[in-house]
Amino acid sequence: MEIPYAVKPRPDTGLYNAKLGIWLFLASEVMLFGALFSSYILLRVNAEEGTWPHHWLNIWLGMTNTFVLILSSVTVVLGWAALKMNQFKRYKLYQGITILCALVFLCIKSFEYRDKFMHYEVHLKDGRIADGHKQPESTDKVLVLEGRYVASHAELMEGEVHHEAEPRIEIPRDQIASMENYGPWHNTYTAIYFTLTGLHALHVIGGAIVIFAIWGPLAKVWEQDPERYTNRVEVSGLFWHFVDLVWIFLFPVLYLL
Amino acid sequence: MQPTPHDDPHTHESHHAELGFWRKYIFSTDHKIIGLQYGITALLFMFFGFCLMMMMRWQLAYPGKALPVVGTWLYHLLGPEMVGKDAAGHVGVIMPDLYNSFGAMHGTIMVFLAIVPLAFGAFGNFVTPLQIGAPDMAFPRVNMASYQFYFLGGVIMFASFFIPGGAAQSGWTSYSPLATVTNDAQHPNGQTFWIFGMVCLINSSLLGAVNFITTIIQLRAKGLNWMRMPFFVWAQFVTAFLLLLAFPPLEAASVLQLMDNLLHTSFFLPTGLMVSGQPLHISGGGSPLLWQHLFWFLGHPEVYVLILPAMGIVTEIIANNTRKPIWGYRSMVYSVMVIGFLSFIVWAHHMYLTGMGTRIATFFQTTTMMISIPSVIILTALFISLWGASIRINTPMLFALGFLPMFGIGGLTGLPLGFNASDIQLHDTYYVIAHFHYIVAPGTIFALFAGIYFWYPKMTGRFMNEFWGKVHFGLSFLFMNLLFMPMFVQGLEGMSRRMYDGAATYAESGGVVGLSKYIVGLNVPISHAAWALGLAQIPFIINFFYSIKHGRKTGSDNPWEATTLDWQTPTPPPHGNFDKPVEVFRGPYEYSVPNPRRDFIPQNEPSQPEPLTHGNPVRS
Repeated sequence: MEIPYAVKPRPDTGLYNAKLGIWLFLASEVMLFGALFSSYILLRVNAEEGTWPHHWLNIWLGMTNTFVLILSSVTVVLGWAALKMNQFKRYKLYQGITILCALVFLCIKSFEYRDKFMHYEVHLKDGRIADGHKQPESTDKVLVLEGRYVASHAELMEGEVHHEAEPRIEIPRDQIASMENYGPWHNTYTAIYFTLTGLHALHVIGGAIVIFAIWGPLAKVWEQDPERYTNRVEVSGLFWHFVDLVWIFLFPVLYLL
Repeated sequence: MQPTPHDDPHTHESHHAELGFWRKYIFSTDHKIIGLQYGITALLFMFFGFCLMMMMRWQLAYPGKALPVVGTWLYHLLGPEMVGKDAAGHVGVIMPDLYNSFGAMHGTIMVFLAIVPLAFGAFGNFVTPLQIGAPDMAFPRVNMASYQFYFLGGVIMFASFFIPGGAAQSGWTSYSPLATVTNDAQHPNGQTFWIFGMVCLINSSLLGAVNFITTIIQLRAKGLNWMRMPFFVWAQFVTAFLLLLAFPPLEAASVLQLMDNLLHTSFFLPTGLMVSGQPLHISGGGSPLLWQHLFWFLGHPEVYVLILPAMGIVTEIIANNTRKPIWGYRSMVYSVMVIGFLSFIVWAHHMYLTGMGTRIATFFQTTTMMISIPSVIILTALFISLWGASIRINTPMLFALGFLPMFGIGGLTGLPLGFNASDIQLHDTYYVIAHFHYIVAPGTIFALFAGIYFWYPKMTGRFMNEFWGKVHFGLSFLFMNLLFMPMFVQGLEGMSRRMYDGAATYAESGGVVGLSKYIVGLNVPISHAAWALGLAQIPFIINFFYSIKHGRKTGSDNPWEATTLDWQTPTPPPHGNFDKPVEVFRGPYEYSVPNPRRDFIPQNEPSQPEPLTHGNPVRS
């Protein structure tokens, strides 16, 4: 028994099964991220005046990642086009760059995550507020931050644009009333930031694994059934474009606005 | 006609012998086996969900009294925190937490683990590829993964009863912040299990939906254009789109609620939230209404996921047993498409009481009234199809006929809930319970029973017993109505749906909350009807298993003399379904044709009928 149109397109729809399947799957993905972006809008519109932070993320890192993903989108297409022209070696090169781009993106992203987890807002018992990155010299007795004292919690909402070099401050642990890092629990902004980028990162990882599997372990399919192999590359490429597109929305929403 | 190799039963045997038991029945990629897996699992979950309800009905009818026999078992299973002692010292009183768990899980199980998998997973899988003349689904391995996700989700939901703190307790809707603050000291708690279970079920539905839509678009047999598709396939097609597009927002909501529960974010938790008089240590700034919007964005299309496949099944059976073309087939097709579209813009009629403003309420009230129009068109077309027919009364037809008025009652009683003025009185009362149970229980479940009796001969080559089928129908019909009709009365009197003691506290109490003893007392006959309904399923269960081996043989591949392609296959259909490539020449319901031999023409029969001896061959 053989499933019709598994490789060749059906004449009246012009699509092979997997291509239609991936478009439908992407439609559901649009609804998934659409719901999350809608949630973002609703939460932000409902936020009280002065509680929504700005400029908490490094725009240059975000911009680099945007270009890394755009580059990967280009190489995915070039890889597929190379297969269509029967140039397997060039496909290997281009799709190799795609996988490399995914890794670079994830490295930069994890660096950004680590930065947020090391970033603390510390409320002292005398009412002062310190804000900065925890340093490895910190001990059980003293917390060492690279940061500053701020006048109020509201000042933190404007982010890191107003100051450059940050001094080292040492705070004895017994003077700390409460401290919290900039993890998802910190406020609504970090919550939606980690959720959206985390879910996106899972998509990047999933897409990269599939693209790698087709590129590496499953490459022998090319010799047996080149058309099926090219279809697989096309379908995984469509998914990859979607993942890139989500980031194109995420970058301005989380970094710039 | 030359016999092809496939006509020889021995080649079938040898073909299947290649697959061992595990590959053939457990890790099967054959759509028919997967359909049966879905069906059996879903029927088991339906029975389980029904048992939860029967235990709840005891607590409602006899609050604070020990549950006989079963109460002791529950005590040993779940421990003293969940099952207490009554005044006389007997073990077996369902404690409030356990009651809440049963309520939440009854809803979850019935909707997500019983009805949808049975209507969409089982019937959709078994029948759809057959009716469009396809050898299998477009993605057989994705199909298998879809069932496995469903099974895993079911296991997670079931296991949650036995973890410390018990299963989820915040209703099947899992409204925040209740769902986040309930049992907060315990992690992972029942709610965490609920979310992981739901994510599995959502993924299962998404894979299924992608597969169904692709299959219907790509694998239709030659000549089967869109207006020649049986209405059942149309219903499944629209259902698949609802699942594909409505479920992801609930997946998003589940992720957000999981973050709230485990990582202490505040997506759904407002600033200044107090629990038991203590301010909660959270960042705040979230919106409880956001959860409700995301949930009901799924929740309302989900209602049509429950009902559309049922309409599809009923349409097939009515066409077959009235021996007439369906009246207004095209109107029904357009109606089902309009329902699919409108169902995405009615969700906030579940939220009139949240104070979302009269303008938004008016919008959703208008769309809600609009969606009743295509639903009424479909029901009317089915009623008119009965007109002037010489109806074959058999068990599937009885259930299909039962569906029509029961769904009618359910649908019409929904109108007062769609108007926001009357909904304010009726919201969260037993009226709502009665309304949607009329849609789903004597509505959809009757259609599913009809489908089981109807396609059973294709699955097994044997009929289910007709007499016990009729007994099953008669008793179910009676007790369904005795069970749900009095709930309308209770609801109109203002009885809340969520009270642990069945409103006994408020019986005869003064003021606005007072309920008469008569209204509260109705709980007792309602519960008796529920248990009797349980007993009425025994003939079905025995009939179902007994007939596999001992039922009357069909003696034909097309025992109901049906036109659609699912009946033009060998029985049971082999892997790959059809002996030879199928071509379709006509619409789905060519009954009552002027022909001396027989009153129907199968879809795959060419315009020039073959000589008598070659039509409709009999296979043993």
